[in-house]
Amino acid sequence: MKAAVIPGLFLVGATALGAASVSAAPIPAPARQEQLRALVTQDCGSCHGMTRKGGLGSPLLAENLAGIGDEALVATILDGRPGTPMPPWRALLSEDDALWIVHHLKGEMP
Amino acid sequence: MKRLAVVAALVALSACAEAPMRATGDLGLVVERADGALQLVETSHNTRLSRVSGLGDLSHASVVYSRDERYAFVFGRDGGLSKVDMLSGRVVGRVMQSGNSIGGAISQDGRLVAVANYTPGGVRVFDTDTLEMVADIPALGADGQTSKVVGLEDAPGNRFVFSLYDSGEIWLADLKDPKKPAIRKFTGIGKQPYDALVTEDGRYYMAGLFGEDGIAMVDLWNPEAGVRRILDHYGKGQQPLPVYKMPHLEGWAASGTQAFLPAIGRHEVLVVDTTTWREVGRIAVAGQPVFAMLRPDGRQMWVNFALPDNGKVQVIDVPSLSVVKTIEPGPGVLHMEFTPRGERVWLSSRDADHVTVWDTETLEQVAELPASKPSGIFFTARAHRIGL
Repeated sequence: MKAAVIPGLFLVGATALGAASVSAAPIPAPARQEQLRALVTQDCGSCHGMTRKGGLGSPLLAENLAGIGDEALVATILDGRPGTPMPPWRALLSEDDALWIVHHLKGEMP
Repeated sequence: MKRLAVVAALVALSACAEAPMRATGDLGLVVERADGALQLVETSHNTRLSRVSGLGDLSHASVVYSRDERYAFVFGRDGGLSKVDMLSGRVVGRVMQSGNSIGGAISQDGRLVAVANYTPGGVRVFDTDTLEMVADIPALGADGQTSKVVGLEDAPGNRFVFSLYDSGEIWLADLKDPKKPAIRKFTGIGKQPYDALVTEDGRYYMAGLFGEDGIAMVDLWNPEAGVRRILDHYGKGQQPLPVYKMPHLEGWAASGTQAFLPAIGRHEVLVVDTTTWREVGRIAVAGQPVFAMLRPDGRQMWVNFALPDNGKVQVIDVPSLSVVKTIEPGPGVLHMEFTPRGERVWLSSRDADHVTVWDTETLEQVAELPASKPSGIFFTARAHRIGL
């Protein structure tokens, strides 16, 4: 969404630095990214499937998330979905962590 | 195909002729969830015998055993049902029976294996010899919607019992005639049953509720009496904590007249009197319990926890209801399994990539086995336990 208003030069620069995010939010350090990748596979995977095809939780494949805004997904991760088993992860994840996970799930981050 | 089968049989025969004789009573499987593989282990000397691969998505996989303890039936997340020969360590049958499944059970007579499915929601029943489907039970709830099925358990009388997560129902399916399952439905049992158990004697089916505090219980000796709610409002007036991992109820057992259940969203194990089914106490523990499992003699209980306390395991002395030791066997403890008579317990530490074996008397570690992202541990002695 924000990509449209960010100058192309900035995007090129960011990519050159190894950061593919289009948002201005700080990106978790590589070691933290490693932890988050494991968390998504293992802990999110408990309900959403390690292949993200869903289980007790809904599927989290890039195609399932494509039409949903980053902010809504970040809110779901941090605050959970009341009335469902999706818990609020705010105690364990920062906003930057959650945004990185959203990009990761959408296939925008390795 | 036929020729191939004959060749395969000959190869198998000649392999048998060379291999030493072996029984299966001290064998087990450790799920390596990320690799879609199983480790075949034995508990007499705490060793790995072989590795079985090609089982698909094994996140949340579980295993039941044939009555002769020769074959394991493995339920994968991706709907795969695999039959593994515990002697050869090979996959001898496999069907993709749905798009997404959560576990299963084997019938009292050992002839049927049933699988609980999320997508499409329902239960499918297979012949344990051929893995041919003999019954298909779609879970169309009273609300007219298809529901995910959870908590599928076996019960005496060749029955299976399971819960409908979305519509809040318990179904009791009698498969004496597998082609014509007779189903009794209990509706309005409570919100979001998430897992269930059958007591060791096969008498009670209990479904834990996620959407509200409490347990929905059916007396299988007297199903006409309907569903009874127990432990209602056990968390009344308290704000439950975020639940980062659902508790598991299978492995529940009673010690004397006391039974123990993981409280959902609380750092507590509930103590229940099995003569009245009322709560008689709570044990404060280090985190939200996932498994609260009794040693087979009922003297000890071992408890593991959800994030962020999933690196710990606590041992509780049952007579005094007190924590006697907190151990840290490696981060990401997902499961535990006692040897049949309980002198050892095996613990899987997913994030440490190992399984550790503990002496349950000294509470010291006696062995460590490497394993890739291990989760469930299942020993063949389960073959002879109702509800496992």
